[in-house]
Amino acid sequence: MTIGLYAAGRSWLHHLPAGAKVSGLLAASLALFLVASPAVAICAVPVAAAIYLSTGTPWRRLISDLRGPAVLVGFVFLFHLAFGSAEDGALAVGRFATLILLAGAVTLSTPVSEMAELVEWLLGPLARFGFRPEKVGLAIGLAIRFIPVIAEEYRHIREAQAARGLGRNPLALIVPLVIRTLKAADALADAIDARGYDA
Amino acid sequence: MIALDAVSHDFDGRPVLAGISLSLAEQRIGIVGANGSGKSTFARLLNGLVIPRAGRVTIDGLDTAEDVKAVRRKVGFVFQNPDHQIVMPIVSEDLAFGLKARKVPKAEITERIDAALARYGLGHLRERPVHQLSGGEKQLVALSAVLVTDPDILVFDEPTTLLDLRNRNRVAAAIAALPHQAVLVSHDLDLVAACERVLMIEDGQIAADGAPGDVLPFYRERMQ
Repeated sequence: MTIGLYAAGRSWLHHLPAGAKVSGLLAASLALFLVASPAVAICAVPVAAAIYLSTGTPWRRLISDLRGPAVLVGFVFLFHLAFGSAEDGALAVGRFATLILLAGAVTLSTPVSEMAELVEWLLGPLARFGFRPEKVGLAIGLAIRFIPVIAEEYRHIREAQAARGLGRNPLALIVPLVIRTLKAADALADAIDARGYDA
Repeated sequence: MIALDAVSHDFDGRPVLAGISLSLAEQRIGIVGANGSGKSTFARLLNGLVIPRAGRVTIDGLDTAEDVKAVRRKVGFVFQNPDHQIVMPIVSEDLAFGLKARKVPKAEITERIDAALARYGLGHLRERPVHQLSGGEKQLVALSAVLVTDPDILVFDEPTTLLDLRNRNRVAAAIAALPHQAVLVSHDLDLVAACERVLMIEDGQIAADGAPGDVLPFYRERMQ
């Protein structure tokens, strides 16, 4: 699932400030959970899909991005069908699908740095108690930056083990992965220092 | 001017550098040595990433032990593996990182990022996720992210080791064109051969110091 990764673009959503988008997402979440009509919740899905596509994302990516969440939403529907009613299931599916699409549209159109700045601004009042909001911003950026790096390390370890005839063994994968990740974290801490970040 | 005065350092009691004193005023200085000889520690001393256990390192008179923040503004450091240097997920965000740390105004950040990327023809990568770049592009982005903060001196720790020949040549050309004073730690002897002065480090000491024409043949002989 690649939903949630920023994609550069010039859509109206790209031009909106991160604060406005997150506020809109919060308002939509509240509204959806106040509405008890399955029809309204289901009708909200194509509207949310249209907003998602208005970021300039091609149909093909929308479908591939939603494959994972669709399984989850399917389970939610089956759960309600088994233990509740089809109406409850439709309401839950409508709510979840709408929110996933809206959240996807927000993250697709908002660079991590803008999101981090928003979090830093929201946490700003805590600075008077000695809290450093910019560290949270940095942590958000690092977490997203390192997902592909760790995935690459995983692939290297897996290939090295396969080349030596080792089958899939979670422990044999996790130990070197953790060690490599910690080493990378050390190197990164040096890089952050070297670039003049005042921790 | 980079100056080391009786500098020694150890890691957990294991000596890595012993009593080094020298001044580096040349435009291009190459550092060579076997793995574990102490050359990376030497490079790290220059940016204050390592503070010596004994002796002093000064950059234009600033002591790395006393004024590390000012030293890091003067000395940019480019690491071997750009994946461990690039901090933010998008190219422009990473270039902005060092500038934000220096409290540069937003409008100026945008201008400086554009100029830094244009220098190596990387403007088209501005909004690209870092993990989608090639090794050479990543190394040039890492170099741009250092240059955008406008340091006086650059230290490169094995900048071409992970690159294929085309990207190695691209990065070498970028380094050669820099107007800055640069210290290059490298196993790439062609890169080091273009320096004005080469230091060979062996067992934590300066085993040879001079023009590349004198030091590199000696180094090759020692590595037999």
